[in-house]
Amino acid sequence: MTRQDRDLLVNNSPYFLQPASVQSVMLRVLVALLPGIAAYVWFFGAAILVQILLASVTALAAEAVMLKLRGKPLMMFLGDGSALVTAWLIALTFPSIAPWWLTVFGTLLAIVVAKHLYGGLGQNPFNPAMVAFALMIVAYPLLMSQWPGVDATDFAGQWEAIFGSRQLDAMTMATPLDALRTVLRDPEQRAVIAGLLGKHATFGNVGGRGWEWIAAGYALGGLYLLQQRIITWHMPVAFLATLFAVSGAFALYEPDRFAGPGFQLFTGGAMLAAFFIVTDPVSGATTPRGKLIFAGAAAVLTWIIRTFGAYPDGIAFAVLLMNIAAPLIDMYTQPPVFGHKDKRGDSP
Amino acid sequence: MNAVQRLFGFHGGVKPAYNKEAATGLPIAVAPTPTLLVIPLHQSIGGIPRPLVKAGDRVLKGQRIGGADGNVSSAVHASTSGTVVAVEMRLMPHTSGLSALCVVIEPDGRDEWIPRQPFDFRSATPTQTRDYLRDTGVVGLGGAVFPSYLKLNPGKLGKLHTLVLNGAECEPFITCDDLLMRERAETIIKGTLIMREMLSAGQVLIGIEDNKPQAIAAMEVAAQAANAAAGDSSIKVVPVPTRYPAGGAKQLMRVLTGIEVPHGKRSTDYGLQCFNVGTAYAIYEAIALGQPLISRIVTVAGNVERARNYEVLLGTPMRDLVALCGPLPDTDRVIMGGPMMGLLMPNDEVPVVKAANCVLVGSRKLFPPPPPEMPCIRCGECAKVCPSDLQPFEMYWFSRAKIFGKAQEYNLFDCIECGCCAYVCPSRIPLVDYYRFAKSEIWARELENEAADVARERYEFRLLREEREKQEKAAKLAAKTAAGREKAAAALAEVEQPAVTPEQDAKKALIAAALERARVQKAQAHPENTSNLTPQQQAEVEAIEARRAEIREMAKPHLRQDD
Repeated sequence: MTRQDRDLLVNNSPYFLQPASVQSVMLRVLVALLPGIAAYVWFFGAAILVQILLASVTALAAEAVMLKLRGKPLMMFLGDGSALVTAWLIALTFPSIAPWWLTVFGTLLAIVVAKHLYGGLGQNPFNPAMVAFALMIVAYPLLMSQWPGVDATDFAGQWEAIFGSRQLDAMTMATPLDALRTVLRDPEQRAVIAGLLGKHATFGNVGGRGWEWIAAGYALGGLYLLQQRIITWHMPVAFLATLFAVSGAFALYEPDRFAGPGFQLFTGGAMLAAFFIVTDPVSGATTPRGKLIFAGAAAVLTWIIRTFGAYPDGIAFAVLLMNIAAPLIDMYTQPPVFGHKDKRGDSP
Repeated sequence: MNAVQRLFGFHGGVKPAYNKEAATGLPIAVAPTPTLLVIPLHQSIGGIPRPLVKAGDRVLKGQRIGGADGNVSSAVHASTSGTVVAVEMRLMPHTSGLSALCVVIEPDGRDEWIPRQPFDFRSATPTQTRDYLRDTGVVGLGGAVFPSYLKLNPGKLGKLHTLVLNGAECEPFITCDDLLMRERAETIIKGTLIMREMLSAGQVLIGIEDNKPQAIAAMEVAAQAANAAAGDSSIKVVPVPTRYPAGGAKQLMRVLTGIEVPHGKRSTDYGLQCFNVGTAYAIYEAIALGQPLISRIVTVAGNVERARNYEVLLGTPMRDLVALCGPLPDTDRVIMGGPMMGLLMPNDEVPVVKAANCVLVGSRKLFPPPPPEMPCIRCGECAKVCPSDLQPFEMYWFSRAKIFGKAQEYNLFDCIECGCCAYVCPSRIPLVDYYRFAKSEIWARELENEAADVARERYEFRLLREEREKQEKAAKLAAKTAAGREKAAAALAEVEQPAVTPEQDAKKALIAAALERARVQKAQAHPENTSNLTPQQQAEVEAIEARRAEIREMAKPHLRQDD
């Protein structure tokens, strides 16, 4: 073997690697989203698929342009699947009958600003999908809160809503969380929340009508991610358990003012957040204890925003706030290294 | 029979494809003596042994050819009898491609031993035992090649509770310890008993990964026999779960005893010591048979037709060894050690040394080049598998950014470079390379700082000396002037006879004191440390000078060549 040949080889151990790639991680995350998407289509029509397609194409195009501008290898990064994950999360958190440009604009913000302007894959301090959601709900609060009604699955109508020029108020309705807020704020309608469930167009058996099944789909996908060891148990358990505990405590204390834990867990993006959003490793905490704190605090913030905030579907704000804190949390939760776990380790 | 040993486990680890079966089908064979042995003088951690032979000398098998130099160093020996044809710079079995001083021996085929005598360590003083083991060249044969005599010391506790024998052999492809345990368990146990006695150790725990049932069975038989002879059950063979790097000394000690020895601490401070099974075997040969370390078992595996374990004379070119096993046509590299931690050899002509537990033959097919490196996505896979409980991605982040202080804060130096993190990284980041880079940068900076400290001390000393000289001059001047004045004053006094004022007295006293100080300082000016030597010291200095000149002379032509 000549010297030149040798230099082309891997020069240092380890010489063989486990077959794993960013691409395979991202693809499995996409697969994990499928059950939730299926439920979405079942209850709210195929519009969500149009949104996913819109967001995906936009994300890939934006990613390609940004990679080109930044002089990065195009195919290597375009194929990593991270832009697709962001795109799907945007599509799933935006209203499925939002006008096309809302999704496109949101996706552009996520990929161009939140991801690439901060340094691209692995460098973004904020979850790009959540940046998109937060910016768009502040900029276009009305459009971002027009959701399809359950069983309004007429695809032509949805198509018209997405690509048409006029708004179709007839088919839109508020999200369960929004509706709940309205109900709770109306003194005449005040009632025990449990009584609302199942008796209202918006509410289902546990959470939002239809939404509870989508949430179940996300949970199923989340279990798949756990089984694949792509995420650890810390984040989902901490997020869901904290949300359960806080909402449970308040619902016990004053059941006609606060929604119970079942409702909190199975409406809005709680399940999506627990398994797919707070678990984003790039923008979240990474140490085991840090993950518990990060997800737990995100859940508390979520409950506060849902209950007292201006945007009842405001998980995005909770996640972004915690993204800011992630480096600090990591710094203070470093696990002890080998041999430094107890006093015996420090002073023989 | 043994009670079930409680195991403790360790954090992380990986389960790569082990590929061990290929080389375990056949017993250990003795590799033929090559036509030329190239024996590097530097084969252990520590000081480079000085050559004790020169070209033209005839040497016997087991004759010391390199003498240990310094407190941490270990001798090297002629692997067979023959003639020294050169003592010169040769390519070392190291990735760097650097050369170092080697003794080149042409075997005479007679394989004639030096006189061998068992060493009675029981009646020897600890210093004698220490020197004997140093001079028989016994070092850790698990791959770290740390001089064993330094570890055969019970430390400040005076005795140990546990002697751990490492037969885990966790690296893929390597089976030299497995075969040694299968075939020579009894000798290993004998060596272990010697080590136990030296260390005043209580129990002996022999950790073997449970993928080696035959080795476990053989060691169990030998251990039981020893236990029966001693009438106790102090030697236990403990199968440990197969998970890389269970054979890391610290990992194995933790698995067997639950004790974690922190980085930078001696295991003896925790009542523990750990040796490789091959080292126990070498200790027996050195102590009981009087044979220095001149050969070792080497696994030849990978891209070959017939993988096998060989007993190889140190200094045998790896090419000869590989040729015995039929390398496949697409062979493109030789690695010393396993695929997780092994070193890529600069070519296949480098010699087998004490550290060579495996000669791994590679090809592009067997070890394909990794896909391009992607950015870190902080997925934490590396932290999950790190056996030192580190946060590898944080260390990577800071090493890459050259923020070395931060990398150290994240315990960079606790990293054992096992390669688990790089093995699982979905972004294919060569993480260990970053740590090696950061460590060597930090070491380089420390050396620089030390050099700067020395320079500063010298400078400060110079300032001090200049100041002292200035004072001395001033004192001399003052003395002269004072003497002049005194004369004048005396002359005046003769004329006027004035009363001596107290002030004048004080002045005189001051001057006298200054004079005295100057005198003392002069006397204290340091003599050079080479003056006033005893004849013995003088002889030593000359011997050292001669040796230096000799080495310079030997290295000269090669230094020029290397340019």
